[in-house]
Amino acid sequence: MDMKRVKDYIYWLYYQYLLITCSYVLEPWEQSMFHTITVTVFAMVVYTAYVFVPIHVRLAFEFFSQIFGGQPESTV
Amino acid sequence: QKNGVSNGTLYKKTFIEHFEQAPMYVAVLTFVGFGVGTIFGYLRDFMRAWGLEKRNIAAEREQQKDFVPLYQDFENFYTRNLYLRIRDNWNRPICSVPGPQFDLMERVTDDYNWTFRFTGRTIKNVINMGSYNYLGFAETDVNALKTVTRELQKYGTGICSTRQEMGTLDKHVELEKLVAKFLGVEDAMVFGMGFATNSMNIPALVGKGCLILSDELNHTSLVLGARLSGATIRIFKHNNMQSLEKLLRDAIIYGQPRSRRAWRKIIILVEGIYSMEGSIVRLPELVSLKKKYKAYLYLDEAHSIGAVGATGRGVVEYFGMSPDDVDVLMGTFTKSFGAAGGYIAGKKGLVDFLRTHSHSAVYATSMCPPVAEQIIRAMKCLMGLDGTTQGLQRVRQLGKNTRYFRRRLHEMGFIIYGNDDSPVVPLLLYMPGKIGAFARRMLEKNIGVVVVGFPATPITESRARFCVSAAHTREMLDTVLNALDELGDFLHLKYSRYSKSSHPELYEETRLELED
Repeated sequence: MDMKRVKDYIYWLYYQYLLITCSYVLEPWEQSMFHTITVTVFAMVVYTAYVFVPIHVRLAFEFFSQIFGGQPESTV
Repeated sequence: QKNGVSNGTLYKKTFIEHFEQAPMYVAVLTFVGFGVGTIFGYLRDFMRAWGLEKRNIAAEREQQKDFVPLYQDFENFYTRNLYLRIRDNWNRPICSVPGPQFDLMERVTDDYNWTFRFTGRTIKNVINMGSYNYLGFAETDVNALKTVTRELQKYGTGICSTRQEMGTLDKHVELEKLVAKFLGVEDAMVFGMGFATNSMNIPALVGKGCLILSDELNHTSLVLGARLSGATIRIFKHNNMQSLEKLLRDAIIYGQPRSRRAWRKIIILVEGIYSMEGSIVRLPELVSLKKKYKAYLYLDEAHSIGAVGATGRGVVEYFGMSPDDVDVLMGTFTKSFGAAGGYIAGKKGLVDFLRTHSHSAVYATSMCPPVAEQIIRAMKCLMGLDGTTQGLQRVRQLGKNTRYFRRRLHEMGFIIYGNDDSPVVPLLLYMPGKIGAFARRMLEKNIGVVVVGFPATPITESRARFCVSAAHTREMLDTVLNALDELGDFLHLKYSRYSKSSHPELYEETRLELED
């Protein structure tokens, strides 16, 4: 019973995606093309975030902590 | 007739109109949807132009390729690429009387809406939420149509002449006298077609050197009539009396554009109920403006005659005003009377002038007798002249149905436009993908709705328009409302941020009053 609700919810999310991006009105081959492009772009965004975001966050943290309370750290 | 107005306010009852704006992300997503549709439209046009795909649109013959092009392909971009993909929701043929329920012919398409074919089956008893059948006079009950059948057998169906030649029957004279009595004016004239009444009579009333002030959202027939007349046209914002007053003042102060002479005539064109918004015109303020600046008022009551007002006499009665305040009263018989045709009513001098000078009166074929008899019987029913109170009951039933339907939709959280008393209910859909999905799913649940998209409405505000009828029973309305509730959750249409169900205690008294 729980599996069915989860599957229905996922189908509802997929349907909302189809309606919002207006790919509901496209023919099947156009829909496949659109889904491929969207999934590719989304995968690239996720990969870029995974590679770059932690390093940038760490550098920004170091930069700001150096400004506000950095004197003891620089002598060591 | 004259009641003392207690503290000088113009409106005798509260005038509540809703035009709620959706959250910002909805507008952004709507544009995203149109953007995707446009990109794929360019792709398909490219494929068609380079021969990678079969061309289904009209094209010239090979021998005519060197001539001036006959078909402007790019201008139909929107029709070809966006409208065509969901075209199966419009122009659906019906095969029964458009009463509260009707039968649809089943239609399928094999090539994505370029061509249709009928399977031969009919979809029976679809609940009709799209026909302008406000008082339920589109019926096939034999007892109700007795007089119509008798007139059909006496006169036949054809007139074969225009009003000026040999087309004026005694039925027309009887109908005109009845219309004048119904509206409380001196005289009236009827025409065979409602659209032609507007577009052919406005040129007879105004000409070059006159000024027309027309509402932003006026119907095409009014716009066409105004353009055909050759007068100068200025547009004021929808139902906005400040904008109209500014235009009137500028017109009187500055006069005609180059010669600075006074305008020969200033006429204001408005409608009683606007069919795409469901809003009612602000008549008291309009009449006081017209009297102050000495302009003429042309009121098109196509949707409001029979549908609003305590006894169904239109917006003039709804606001408790006298019909002498409006110079030209125009209306149609298509909506509330279950017939076809239009009328113009007012002072006797005006109507006599139109009988000789209007294009429609002189050249158009007059109304056919069974249709005239249908209007006569409907009007007599409304006025109570047939000895029953059925007419008044229908008007009251329509009012009840309208208020119930609107209240439930507001509570569910949909965005609805328009006045609380208007039987035209536009439900906003916004995104282009939802237009097709909504109409198809409602048909699967056996409910027929009308959806409207871009050229008829602003680009971000596509909507589904419901027309409540007096012939709808409470069960039918409940079926439709439950289907809308389910579909609203499934398609995520409940954008309203002010849904009344968050304050149930404030509305307890009115709820008890309306549930009888």
